[in-house]
Amino acid sequence: MDWGFLSDCLQRLLRGVPLTLELAMFSCLIGFVLAWVLCAMRLSDRRWLDYPARAFIEVFRGTPLLVQLFIIYYGLGQFAWLRESFAWAYLREAYWCVLLALSLNTAAYASEILRGGVLSVPGGQKEAAVAMGLTQTQLWRYVVLPLAWRQMLPAYGNEIILMVKSTSLASIVTLMEVTGIAARLVSESYRPVEVFICAGALYLTFNFLVTRVVMLLETRLRRGMQRGR
Amino acid sequence: MDYETPVRNWLCKIMFRQDRCRSDPPLSSAQRLRGFYVTFWQIMGFGDQGWAADMLRATVSTCTIALCGFLFGGVIGCLGCWAKLSRYSVLHWLADLYTTVLRGVPDLLVIYLFYFGSSMVLTQVAQSLGVNGFMGLPAFLIGFLAISVVCGAYQIEVLRGAFGSVPPGSIEAGRSLGLGGFKLLLLVVAPQALRFALPGLGNIWLLVLKESALISVVGMVELMRQSQIGAGATHQPFYFYATAGALYFLISLSSSHLIGRLERRLSLPMRRA
Repeated sequence: MDWGFLSDCLQRLLRGVPLTLELAMFSCLIGFVLAWVLCAMRLSDRRWLDYPARAFIEVFRGTPLLVQLFIIYYGLGQFAWLRESFAWAYLREAYWCVLLALSLNTAAYASEILRGGVLSVPGGQKEAAVAMGLTQTQLWRYVVLPLAWRQMLPAYGNEIILMVKSTSLASIVTLMEVTGIAARLVSESYRPVEVFICAGALYLTFNFLVTRVVMLLETRLRRGMQRGR
Repeated sequence: MDYETPVRNWLCKIMFRQDRCRSDPPLSSAQRLRGFYVTFWQIMGFGDQGWAADMLRATVSTCTIALCGFLFGGVIGCLGCWAKLSRYSVLHWLADLYTTVLRGVPDLLVIYLFYFGSSMVLTQVAQSLGVNGFMGLPAFLIGFLAISVVCGAYQIEVLRGAFGSVPPGSIEAGRSLGLGGFKLLLLVVAPQALRFALPGLGNIWLLVLKESALISVVGMVELMRQSQIGAGATHQPFYFYATAGALYFLISLSSSHLIGRLERRLSLPMRRA
């Protein structure tokens, strides 16, 4: 194995790391906010809020991310009225298109995770809180959210890992993040195995860090339970 | 006789939709809607200039590659599950490494590895045999290998979890009835484990179906690649990608419906009550 080439390769791949992390982080943050909106819509009793959210979630979970990305990046440019609108300044750029596609995609998946967490809170707990005279805000702040968090955290960690992996699709629409640089390196040097090892190691490191942080949060959230035992 | 006119009309329509002058009066929303339907059905219909047949053929090849990848992934999953449960720590360690790496690395990277790796190996083999020039595996084979390798990693985890949830009592009961080895696995463990594994396997199938869209980057003509070709030829990318999305949605909707039915059919009688 050629160590010189490996380190050279790693150095060039490291230049793509900020973009990969940026995309993953921003899309997770935007997706998280959107996911709460969708989750609230799904949990509301009003049908005109519930059905659109349900349709959005079904469509984004039922189609490949690549299709969503291509519809946003290539497809929207077909409409002349959109090309003349203010949004075109953003939709013309691959970066914003990727960010939009990733955020909408993760919002759909995460909203189901959040909904599962909120629904898993036992009804008795909520009733007890109401009986103790907690207001609606206090009920959510002190009872529902802490219990829901504990339930949804492992699934949400998986979703973040999936997002880190999904940022590789940005390379298809010309963004030079880790996978994009790896593909270019391979086509320059014709040494796919070494490049793959470097890029794979980078992604594994990100995902390992995410898993660690999620595990730490989990033990932190469970500390009340362990003390009680 | 005069078959050029429809083509020219059609091209003009596309041109006009595409490159309207800024000085033109803006279209009313009704006009815009009518224009949408007319061009959409001309392009996506079964007519002379319609792409419907190509898109449907591409849908079939998407399903084929996803199904082949899923089934061979099942073989890998069974082998890996056996390795994870074996008493040799080397096998266990190898299977662990395999699942960690393949589940942590983007699928696109795996596809690139197979694409460039296979062509590199084949070219070198050809050179050593005295044949010069670039060689590569067919795109279908690359896609099939990449999908099944990734899907296998997910299936190992699901199958191992399912084997773990088979109650030990039923295995003991099988032993005491004189079943051993392969028969015990086939008659007692596998039917119960598959029942537990079904929801997880269903999720993996949906994942594989969506992942198969990535194979388009190596040039295999499946749904996504066909849409790219169509979008390039007609300059109407939205129609093609939206149609592709709708077809993927239809496949995943119907397959999740089927999986749900299968689950209800195979669920334990106790749970059904």
